[in-house]
Amino acid sequence: MIVAVNILLWLVVGGLALLAARRGRMLLQSGARDGAIDFLRLLPRIAIGVIGSGFVAEALPRAVIIPWLGPGSGFLGVAIATLGGAVTPGGPVIGFSIGAAMLKSGAGAPQVVAYSTAWALYAVHRLVMWEAPLMPPRVVWLRAAVSLPLPFIAAGMAMMLARP
Amino acid sequence: MDSRKPHGRRRRRVFDWSTAAIAAISAVAAATVYLRDGSAHFLAILAGDLSLFGEMLPKVLAGCLIGAFVTLILPREIVARWVGHESGLFGLAIAALFGFILPGGPITIYPVAGAFLTMGADAGAVVAFITCWTLCGYTRALVWELPFFGPHFVIWRIVEALPLPLLAGFLARLAVKAGLARGA
Repeated sequence: MIVAVNILLWLVVGGLALLAARRGRMLLQSGARDGAIDFLRLLPRIAIGVIGSGFVAEALPRAVIIPWLGPGSGFLGVAIATLGGAVTPGGPVIGFSIGAAMLKSGAGAPQVVAYSTAWALYAVHRLVMWEAPLMPPRVVWLRAAVSLPLPFIAAGMAMMLARP
Repeated sequence: MDSRKPHGRRRRRVFDWSTAAIAAISAVAAATVYLRDGSAHFLAILAGDLSLFGEMLPKVLAGCLIGAFVTLILPREIVARWVGHESGLFGLAIAALFGFILPGGPITIYPVAGAFLTMGADAGAVVAFITCWTLCGYTRALVWELPFFGPHFVIWRIVEALPLPLLAGFLARLAVKAGLARGA
């Protein structure tokens, strides 16, 4: 699966490079150079982010967090889950693995939906490490601000639909 | 090209304090794990993190190259017309559709979003784009979410997320219009 995604991504790169090459060698070269410079600039940040997030997730007191998020926890549970999603480190596996662990330990589906939506939308770690450096900060904070109610809306829909 | 330079300068300033903060939090967490669980557990986590880091590199490089090429290839006028602040609800829908279609892991998308801004997309469209990519993007759901949660949960979570990108983009435009934030 991961190999397939890599192939897909590099097919897109190849297609774009081909389009650039058809418009001239200069365009192809400056695209490759700009992309490589961005990549090098990101490297130390990714190293700290990935290695750090593994330890932060391990240090989080899961046994204390999980009892507060059961199906009977209602709106308070959704609020706690949303907050938990926001402070969970933004690496790719961390939020999903904690969310899945929560679900297996008896957390309610709306609470887990709120958690994973909040984590996807505004995990503070990812906002600061990955989004803010690559985008104008005003857009990053605007996006985070308008996203604040979204986990509650998603959880509310999950409660109304009584699924998953 | 010139229009990208101010971003570059801002970029560097954010880099310094944020990286230092994350490094400090990571060090505290690493020390906690080491003291609480012992060196064997510490090394196991470190090895897992390092292999994840290695796995991510080709995807990140691909994402950076996609961002760079998209910036150079897509004509600005067309993007501005499709997803600029005059583009209405249709522009938000187009931006959300881009978010659904474009492949990539959690950090490959921001260079592309930055490129959209450079090319004249408005803040609302970029918000809709990132929100849709992060909540409904198919590669992300397939690669990361499905193995952990199973299809039933993932499908329903995405169904519940479907209206959110347009809502977020709409709220962002309202905030810009009301003068609460500056547009792109």
